[in-house]
Amino acid sequence: MRRLRIAVLAVLMVLGLAAFAAACGGDDNGGNASGGSPATKDDVSLTQGQDVTIAVITHGSGDSFWAVAKKGAEDAGKQLGVTVKYSESANDPQKQAQLIDSAVTEKVDGIAVSAPNPDAIRDSLKKATDAGIPIVTLNSGAEDYQALGAITHVGQTETIAGEGAGAKFKEAGAKKLLCVIHEQSNIGLNQRCDGAKKGFGGEVENLQVKGVDDIQTTLTEIQSKLQSDNSIDAVLTLNPDIAVAARDAVKGAGSSAKLATFDLSGDVVKAIQDGEIDFAVDQQQYLQGYLPVVFLTLYKTNANTVGGGQPVLTGPGYVTKDNAGTVAKLADEGTR
Amino acid sequence: MSGAIGGGSPAAAVAPAPEPVADERLANISLWARLMRRPEVGSLLGALVICVFFWVTTDAFGTLSGIANWTDVASTIGIMAVAVALLMIGGEFDLSAGVMTGTTGLLMGLLSTEWGFSMWPAILVTFAFAALVGFINGYMVIKTRLPSFIVTLATFFVLQGANLGATKAITGTVRVAGLGDVAGYDSASKIFSNTFWSPHNFRLSLIWWIAIAAVATWVLARTRVGNWIFAVGGDANAARNVGVPVARVKIALFMTTAMAAALVGIMIALRLSSVQAGQGVGEEFTYIIAAVVGGCLLTGGYGSAIGASLGALIVGMAFIGISFSGWNTDWRFLFLGVILLLAVLVNNLVRHRAEGAR
Repeated sequence: MRRLRIAVLAVLMVLGLAAFAAACGGDDNGGNASGGSPATKDDVSLTQGQDVTIAVITHGSGDSFWAVAKKGAEDAGKQLGVTVKYSESANDPQKQAQLIDSAVTEKVDGIAVSAPNPDAIRDSLKKATDAGIPIVTLNSGAEDYQALGAITHVGQTETIAGEGAGAKFKEAGAKKLLCVIHEQSNIGLNQRCDGAKKGFGGEVENLQVKGVDDIQTTLTEIQSKLQSDNSIDAVLTLNPDIAVAARDAVKGAGSSAKLATFDLSGDVVKAIQDGEIDFAVDQQQYLQGYLPVVFLTLYKTNANTVGGGQPVLTGPGYVTKDNAGTVAKLADEGTR
Repeated sequence: MSGAIGGGSPAAAVAPAPEPVADERLANISLWARLMRRPEVGSLLGALVICVFFWVTTDAFGTLSGIANWTDVASTIGIMAVAVALLMIGGEFDLSAGVMTGTTGLLMGLLSTEWGFSMWPAILVTFAFAALVGFINGYMVIKTRLPSFIVTLATFFVLQGANLGATKAITGTVRVAGLGDVAGYDSASKIFSNTFWSPHNFRLSLIWWIAIAAVATWVLARTRVGNWIFAVGGDANAARNVGVPVARVKIALFMTTAMAAALVGIMIALRLSSVQAGQGVGEEFTYIIAAVVGGCLLTGGYGSAIGASLGALIVGMAFIGISFSGWNTDWRFLFLGVILLLAVLVNNLVRHRAEGAR
């Protein structure tokens, strides 16, 4: 009897799995069909009758920053009537290389890829260019996109954005800045802190924290740092989820440090409106998902290249109390 | 065959394995029943279901290049899963196995790019270092009698901190790059990380994986050491009482796991010609999951290397299959979780059957 029940349970699980898979596949097809089927849409002319597939492969790990970039890529796919396959490697360069390999195997029409560690994906991207698949780099990789064989790069220059943030703190009269690094292996984050040091001019200390996977620990780490060194009067975080943790840490430590962050989320914009966060450096990552899909589709269907050999900059823009209201509504919709 | 691997009862541990010839005292067990009692059954079924599913629903999965993709993902996980399975059969865990792939890769990278070693001496030093860390893990577990969960968790944190701290202190960045320019890189790549069978580009790590799984299976099924491994995992005291060198076996298993991590770390470093300081963190659970899906018991004394390899294959197939099918990858872990549960349920069912028949 017991055996039978377990057997039945196992069978149900198999069926459930199959149903889930079918639902996922179906959902996806449905999403594409809304823009992709030329028979029902007549406003899509350039891609009409063409079956274009763009792979977007980032090093993200499903946090709120990358959710916006993903939405940008998917929106572009819907509007252009092309299939977008978005995947993330969660900061694992080997996985990213393997995902690029699988996109090459699939013979996609274009690959948009973030390049936080260019060496690691060089071989895989070489396979893509050898197979005639165009590449656009996004987010990280502004220095290396040409060497990687990409048409262009869509992102912001980390050092310049960092300098801007540092200069704003200097203007506000801060003396000692804490720069919170939340990923171990992303060179871009260190470049931001280096840039902030340059723009700030004063003392800057870097703090490595656990990261977006463990916000609670991160909060404790920042808070104990602030408690142990009360000369810190400015905190710069490099991710919106970390910024919210830092806001709570500043409160918890009873510190009066000014707080700024890279990148936006709904919570961050609200905190700016409430005066808890002074400003955010916005790299408008929606564009970093959206534009590469557009560029690659245009390259495929109309042989266009964008950028003229220069990267396409999506930032830095600054969100302060003055313009936070406009951005707030959009951040809630997941596009800012 | 089935008795040697699946049984693992301590009493049979040190007796020289008798040839399983016909014996009138043994009940005649049907081939089907014997098959169903193998620890690999759950993972084999799972692997088949997933393979057929993606093969049918996507175009690229069944092509040779597609197979090269998912065996690539599975191979480095598989090498580790086999080592971790041996350790788990021996009754211990190694939570430092994931971060160890980063430590060894970084060590090799630093030796070769910063301290003037050419590639092969750097590789030898790296293996020696891994053996030492494995020895320390094992020695501490034996001497302190603390659960290996705790001891290797400490090792995990120590190595994670050392990886980041040392890398930043020495290189000023968070990764070691430029391995491609080191003398001996090409010859080392030919052994560890290149591809074969162009244009499909299968990874050499696949060959390593198959070889290691075969050796591990042979050791478990056909050698005295294999019996010792089942014995120390089944009941360490009973094993000690019948003369099994428990401490030596367990320390050797920890060393094997650490050296497998070194092999994988070296493969990844050579392949990417760079190593990130965060490499491998969190992967230890993937290895343990692969081993458990493959029929290893968390309590030790039961499991198989082939099962662990099938578990790794499932992870690889799911990873690439989901990518090929273009599903919303937000759901990837849900999918993996369902597969894990499914495979473990089948294992459970099978064990009940085996026990019921006894």
